[in-house]
Amino acid sequence: MKNNENKGGNEAIASLPSSTESAIELKNITKRFGHVVANSDVNLKVRTGTIHGIVGENGAGKSTLMNILFGLYKPDSGMIFLNGQAVDVNSPEKSIALGIGMVHQHFMLVPTFTVLENAMLGNEGSMLLRSGEEVVLDRLKGLSNNYGLDVDFEAIILDTPVGMQQRVEILKALNRGAKILILDEPTGVLTPQETIGLFDILRSLREQGVTIILITHKLKEIMSITDTVSVMRGGKVVADFSTEKTSPEELAENMVGRKVLLSIKKPTLKVGKPVLEVKNVSHESKDGVLVLKNISFDLKEGEILGIAGVAGNGQSELLDILSGIETLQRGQITVNDKTILPFQDWNSKKAREFGVAHVPEDRHKRGLVLPFHNYENSILGYHRNKNYSSGFLMDKRKILNFVDDLVENFDVRPRSSSISSGKLSGGNQQKLVLAREIESNPNILLVGQPTRGVDIGAIERIYEDLMKLKSKGTAILLVSVELDEIMSLSDRIVVMNQGTIVGETNSSNATELDLGKMMSGLEQV
Amino acid sequence: MLESFQIIISLLDSTIRIATPLIFCAMAGIFSERSGIIDIGLEGKMLLSAFVAATATFLTGSPIFGLFAAILVSCSASLIHGFACITNKGDQVISGLAINILASGLTITLGIALFSRGGQTPPLASEQRFMPIDFLFLDQLSFVPVFGELFVEVISGHNILVYLSVLAVFFTYYVIFKTRFGLRLRAVGEKPEAVDTAGISVTKMRYQSILIAGMLCGLAGAYLSIAHGAGFGREMSAGKGYIALAAMIFGKWNPIPTLLACLLFGFLEALGVRLEGVELIWIGEVPVQVMQALPYVLTVVLLAGFIGKARAPGAIGVPYSKEG
Amino acid sequence: MSDSNIIPKWLSVGVIPLMNLFLAFCVSGLFIFFIGENPFKAIFVMIKGAFYYPGAIGYTLYYTTNFIFTGLAVALAFHARLFNIGGEGQAYVGGLGVGLVCLIFDQHVVGFLVTILAILGSVIFGAIWGIIPGYLQAKRGSHIVITTIMFNFIAAALMVYLLVNVIIEPGQMSPETRDFASGVGLEQIHILAKYLGLEMAMSPLNLSFIVALFVSVGFWFLVWRTKFGYEVRSLGHSETAAIYAGIKVSSTIIIVMAISGGLAGLVAINELLGVHNKLLLGFTAGYGFTGIAVALMGRNHPFGIFLASLLFGALYQGGTELDFEFSSITREMVLLIQGLIILFSGALAYMLNPLVERIYIKYYGNYNNA
Repeated sequence: MKNNENKGGNEAIASLPSSTESAIELKNITKRFGHVVANSDVNLKVRTGTIHGIVGENGAGKSTLMNILFGLYKPDSGMIFLNGQAVDVNSPEKSIALGIGMVHQHFMLVPTFTVLENAMLGNEGSMLLRSGEEVVLDRLKGLSNNYGLDVDFEAIILDTPVGMQQRVEILKALNRGAKILILDEPTGVLTPQETIGLFDILRSLREQGVTIILITHKLKEIMSITDTVSVMRGGKVVADFSTEKTSPEELAENMVGRKVLLSIKKPTLKVGKPVLEVKNVSHESKDGVLVLKNISFDLKEGEILGIAGVAGNGQSELLDILSGIETLQRGQITVNDKTILPFQDWNSKKAREFGVAHVPEDRHKRGLVLPFHNYENSILGYHRNKNYSSGFLMDKRKILNFVDDLVENFDVRPRSSSISSGKLSGGNQQKLVLAREIESNPNILLVGQPTRGVDIGAIERIYEDLMKLKSKGTAILLVSVELDEIMSLSDRIVVMNQGTIVGETNSSNATELDLGKMMSGLEQV
Repeated sequence: MLESFQIIISLLDSTIRIATPLIFCAMAGIFSERSGIIDIGLEGKMLLSAFVAATATFLTGSPIFGLFAAILVSCSASLIHGFACITNKGDQVISGLAINILASGLTITLGIALFSRGGQTPPLASEQRFMPIDFLFLDQLSFVPVFGELFVEVISGHNILVYLSVLAVFFTYYVIFKTRFGLRLRAVGEKPEAVDTAGISVTKMRYQSILIAGMLCGLAGAYLSIAHGAGFGREMSAGKGYIALAAMIFGKWNPIPTLLACLLFGFLEALGVRLEGVELIWIGEVPVQVMQALPYVLTVVLLAGFIGKARAPGAIGVPYSKEG
Repeated sequence: MSDSNIIPKWLSVGVIPLMNLFLAFCVSGLFIFFIGENPFKAIFVMIKGAFYYPGAIGYTLYYTTNFIFTGLAVALAFHARLFNIGGEGQAYVGGLGVGLVCLIFDQHVVGFLVTILAILGSVIFGAIWGIIPGYLQAKRGSHIVITTIMFNFIAAALMVYLLVNVIIEPGQMSPETRDFASGVGLEQIHILAKYLGLEMAMSPLNLSFIVALFVSVGFWFLVWRTKFGYEVRSLGHSETAAIYAGIKVSSTIIIVMAISGGLAGLVAINELLGVHNKLLLGFTAGYGFTGIAVALMGRNHPFGIFLASLLFGALYQGGTELDFEFSSITREMVLLIQGLIILFSGALAYMLNPLVERIYIKYYGNYNNA
């Protein structure tokens, strides 16, 4: 049975005999947000009872497409067919009625409710909870046993691990009779073990005839579980493959278009003395989870140290502590020979005074005040600096002079001091943030996800600027989830997994495979 | 001894009278805020419906008609609130405030225009009001010591709306915690995305919730002008809506604790009136203003987390938007 | 609250607010019509009442003064994304500051000095009534809207208690203090004009108005030209970015609420030092709440707040005229208009945006692409 299905899946997608065999067919879907085209003329076919992967980089339009299929967004044009029938999916209500279920990247669970309450939401069985609960609980227990969806129905969502929350999401969808399941980046927050568990569940769902769409940017997952795969880029579906007949390389090539090999000339530079020393730093999050465990490393003048790892393994917290946003709880940090001890007065202001500049991971939330004009953002964090102020007052003329040079020297477009930064493109926003931090003449620069949501042109520029800074002797700590970026920029690479450093290597003898193994926590070096 | 028992009895009796509108409004607040909509406008809705209840009753002679008119108007005010902050995603606090100020201006203006009595409505005859209901077997019970008196004076002899307010508490409790509607309502106030993606309309849920809130505020207003009082007087709600808001927070958005908070605040007010001009041993005279301020002070202290922690619904005050 | 990106600024900041205001007046007019009076006549009467009669302008500007103070108070808090509903209570307690200073010092110290101290007293007492909710928000996470509402009532109870029991003039029935000594207070403008040989109709307009204008300019400097203002606006737009920039969130909140409360407290100098010459019950008369409407209409900018205050000043003064000209509409009509303005300019501020955007795009295309 399973073999037959796979055999069907091996056929080239385009030559499927008729649309009646496909669970879902999207024709010419286009969706714009303002003047951004998120999906442009998208065509997609998914056969019943298969797992179909959709890959693409961040911003390729995957999530938008799925939100259209789920009825959250309305397409500007195009048609949706379910089992060969044209349908109008104008609300989640409608899509649920049509048997579509979606597991969102950010879980849609009520944190204060129990697992049962969450799973039954939308299909409660009865007007009254007590009588409904009995019916639903029976059904859910059946589903849970059937597909290996192991959950504790009494637990409050707040207290459950993410892996279980995800299983609740799947149960919730099945409880509402989903025959088609969309999973949006389901493994982003999972440990490798949890991922394996999830894939087992997905396989058993497939065996029982559920059609699954898996959205991810991880090629390994596509190769290991899907039957067919579509590649999205720039809002379009650029290629369809049968998984068996493609390779990760081919998929990657299609994801980025032409294979961009940004050749970066690393200035050969003698690294100097250590300027940042981190010793045994541990950190507990507000929910009491130990997110950093005994982190130690140092960073030297003229060196780029890359921190690799899957998102959510403690990198963000590390950046927050080093930049003074979070209080240091345990361990010690030495910045330019000044030592910071736990619960000492350590904050972003002081970090800047000590020569630590910070390009934050999220420029929308942190790096910029979006409604501010460029000239106001150009001094964010440095507004107390004597160069821009005298006494209480700010010196607008000096700030304007400064920002004019800044946008010129760092190629921020449009070259305007008065446009509000929220109107700049992602790349130009990032250039503005980077420019501001570089201009503060730091001798330590912390950089988080420098190219997230940034176009290729700006990426090249940002890499250049980082290299220039390095050759001036600044020590750079680079945190990125993009392995390519880490490998091509860093001198040394440290890998983080679940709050600990699991390995360290020189970038010259690092391979993607080794790093990948370390990142997944499978291998400790 | 007997005298102090009498005092306690009469204190409890007025506690209930004072607490009734608070209970209606606080339950209204629970419905609204549990669904994620801040309801500063309890005060205004109560004032409007008090005016309309008295006016409609005076014009038609029927308190039943007055009651329904009050509910209708209060629900309309809820709809304005909903239009502003659900449909147009406006600020819920500003909208509620607008309703309060609007209610002040509107009741006085219309009152003067209709009756030329400086904003008051003409007094209502007793058959135009909800009058006290005496329970059966009162005479027999009154001979039972303590309990009998308690029953006769405190439990019995209120108007129908007082009993309805107790019912409203159980209604609120039942609907919010025991029904499908309640589950969805709580979900929509904690995490509207979860409800939306479960195929339930957030907008519809929130409108339904604030309409129920409107009905309850209508009952509170009617109580003031055609049950407890005999006609409408300007600014007759006198901040009760805000005390109800405080009671709701004090009761941590749960019906039963909120009922107790309403009774506590009612008791404080009754006590304040009772203690006016009375010299207490050890303490001396307790100013009535202390009793008046106490509900607010207690609520501030509670909100600041000095006695337990009041946790508001997770998504309160935030307009729901899919694409944001 | 954010302005549209699609239409030019003159539409979103100029035309749409005026349209909202127009809508509020239209609905008010409907109510007047419903009552059976002529709305146009009502407007005419109000305009005449606010500007035409001798002294009318003085009265209008006297009200305007109060609204500038409370409007700025609300606006400053808005810049830090704090909703200060407590202007009423802060103004009231500010009055206590004025009263205490005058009662304690006016027999011993020269009047001019007492006046200065009383002004400081109004600011400091108002500030204290703002600091407490600010502190509770910053350090204990209490919702500032609720706390400031509660503080209005606590202030009312406190003031009644003090005026009835403590600082009442002995032998007096109505709850108010004795008159402040002559020489204490802010001179009324018509008296000053007399010194200069000018004849002006009598009105309560006094030097507080000049203070209000200076404070408005100071407000502009504070918000848009100082480091503190920069920090306040950063915090208001994005708390996360403010933390990133090393701005201390809790102390900024507390200072903002202190200044906000102090601004509201200044209402007391107009009312007590400028007009009543004593501390009395309920002198704030809802000015604190009107400040919210003023700040919303004035879009938190001192110039806009000045215009909005002028409008409300005219409404309040013109409203009193309604009592004389009509049998069935009174000055309380102004409350109705005020409520509608808060509704349309505040809660429904962006209702018209989609419509205007659609019309604009239809005729001019997308503004940002141009």
